[in-house]
Amino acid sequence: MWLENLRMALRSIMANKMRSFLTTLGIIVGVAAVIGVVSIVQGLNFWIAGQLQGVGATYITVFPNRDPNDPDVAGRDVKLTFEDGQAIVAAVPEIASFTPVYFRGERVRLRDRKATPYLLGVGAAFQEVNNTWVEKGRFFSDIDVAARARVCLVGPELADKLGIAAQALGKDLDVGPVTFTVVGVMEKQGQMFGQNYDNIVVIPFTTAREIYGDEAMKQIRLDFQARSADDVQRAKDLMTALLRERHGIRRDQGDDFQVLLQEEILETTSKILGGITQVVGAVVGIALLVGGIGIMNIMLVTVRERTREIGVRKAVGARRADVLAQFLIEAVTLSALGGIVGILGGWGLGVLGAKAIPGFPDAHVPMWAIGLGFAFSSAVGIFFGVYPAAKAAAVDPIEALRYE
Amino acid sequence: MLIDIKDLVKVYQMGDNQVRALDGVSVGVSRGEYIAIMGPSGSGKSTLMNLIGCLDTPTSGVYRLNDQVVNELDDNALARIRNKEIGFVFQTFNLLPRTSALENVEVPLIYAGVPRVERHARARKMIDLVGLTDRSHHQPAELSGGQRQRVAIARALVNQPSILLADEPTGNLDSKTGEEIMALFDTLNREGNTIVLVTHEEDIAAHARRVVRLRDGKILEDKAREPKGGEAHG
Ligand SMILES: Nc1ncnc2c1ncn2[C@@H]1O[C@H](COP(=O)(O)OP(=O)(O)O)[C@@H](O)[C@H]1O
Ligand SMILES: [Mg+2]
Repeated sequence: MWLENLRMALRSIMANKMRSFLTTLGIIVGVAAVIGVVSIVQGLNFWIAGQLQGVGATYITVFPNRDPNDPDVAGRDVKLTFEDGQAIVAAVPEIASFTPVYFRGERVRLRDRKATPYLLGVGAAFQEVNNTWVEKGRFFSDIDVAARARVCLVGPELADKLGIAAQALGKDLDVGPVTFTVVGVMEKQGQMFGQNYDNIVVIPFTTAREIYGDEAMKQIRLDFQARSADDVQRAKDLMTALLRERHGIRRDQGDDFQVLLQEEILETTSKILGGITQVVGAVVGIALLVGGIGIMNIMLVTVRERTREIGVRKAVGARRADVLAQFLIEAVTLSALGGIVGILGGWGLGVLGAKAIPGFPDAHVPMWAIGLGFAFSSAVGIFFGVYPAAKAAAVDPIEALRYE
Repeated sequence: MLIDIKDLVKVYQMGDNQVRALDGVSVGVSRGEYIAIMGPSGSGKSTLMNLIGCLDTPTSGVYRLNDQVVNELDDNALARIRNKEIGFVFQTFNLLPRTSALENVEVPLIYAGVPRVERHARARKMIDLVGLTDRSHHQPAELSGGQRQRVAIARALVNQPSILLADEPTGNLDSKTGEEIMALFDTLNREGNTIVLVTHEEDIAAHARRVVRLRDGKILEDKAREPKGGEAHG
């Protein structure tokens, strides 16, 4: 009987292909939007989680608070320096390792080849702290840092650009006004939001300070590893207290820096992504509502057009429940087909959308989104199909058979 | 007795007016009978057929079908009787559009819950019986009026009903095709099917062995007669 109903439904839908398509457009668009956005958001989530997994749960990073709209820091001389980091390492026993991170764009030149990578000025502990390792050659040592050595490492993409991917070590590279010796190539990291972590040149922090001056080192990032994941919260509290004291911040003033833990970064990003999902969810809710009303409308038309058929079916033995089931299944089939088309369309949209933005992580469609899209579109069919189906079931066969 | 009707009354309410479409009809039908119901337009023929066919319930009176009091049954039980005990043939054929002849004949079996394979076999047998073997996959739009009515008759018979009800079955057919359909009814009756036929044409009524005449919802005359050429086909 169910199978019969499904066959009847498909036959009726196929008999009016264009009308069926237009009717389900609302549902198609709604489901496609949800799947498209979810696929992109999930792709991002996956990627961010993967990145953070990389630095580990013990990763702590401190930024200067440079928000010009924050009244706490407006008009203040915000500083976050290498010395702050050293003070933290000395005073907070939960901290295992530390590196300053100075970051800027810079021109480099190797004979006639030029490029504009990001320059990172970091400490010898950079590898452990950021879980980013050397692929070939060596990283610079504490001795290099103390000696302000003119040694550098290049990212794999920069090595490509300079044509030294095969044979990088020992080459002389002009970084800004100074010539460095390449001692290593970093491993491939990938991209995030268009920022390319493979197009980099890494030099000792002390050397960077010598070249760019103390003023440039006034606002840098400080990265730490705590000894264990249980320590990070306490470490954060101690670091905050220490930095406030060092920066002479009064009780009534807010911080001029920001301490972020890995789980907080994860929380923040998933909050943002969750917000996006919610907005899309609301839009989709409206689309499904409109789609559902479209289905109800077309089913009411169908019931009226097929009043005679309903009369015939009742005359040969269809019960009310049979007629109800037939039209309800037709409505659900219609909306579920719309859902399937929407899922496929949204999937395609997400994949293409993610590909279209350079450096964007691949789209990922989770099973639950597919299930949800299908379930929602079917539920819309049931909800908005009940009334027309009930009308069909209530048709008086005598009237119906007279109906022209 | 197959059908036992006592003092059947059907009143339609039309605004403030009451129409007594049936006004105290009593009639009995035995198994194997071939009855024509005649009367002018508006005399209550269709109303009586709808009541016999369990499509409608009477205002008062008693209707027994196979010793079961039908007017006390609920909707589902009536649907079941329509499915198993009644075979309807309409003036306007009433086949499902975009549905092959064979599938049309299968419809009552679907509601009877007959499994697919058996359904096919039984529908095919009926299609053969009404002489449409080579038309079984045609849709109604591709069939002539006479062929459509044959499909309708096959559909009416497929669940082996107790009674075949035909309301002006030749009303939309030319006289030659009408005669062919009547010849099919004659054969079906000879094979034991009980037939109640509504018509206003004496020629058509002449096929039956008994004629009931209605006027203004009352039985005017109920009389047996020799069927026209009934034996000639045998
Ligand atoms: N649904 C209805 N509502 C009101 N009056 C009806 C209805 N059906 C039939 N009637 C009336 O009942 C009478 C008998 O109708 P019907 O049984 O169709 O007659 P016939 O089939 O003999 O032409 C007519 O006067 C008709 O107008
Ligand atoms: Mg009539």
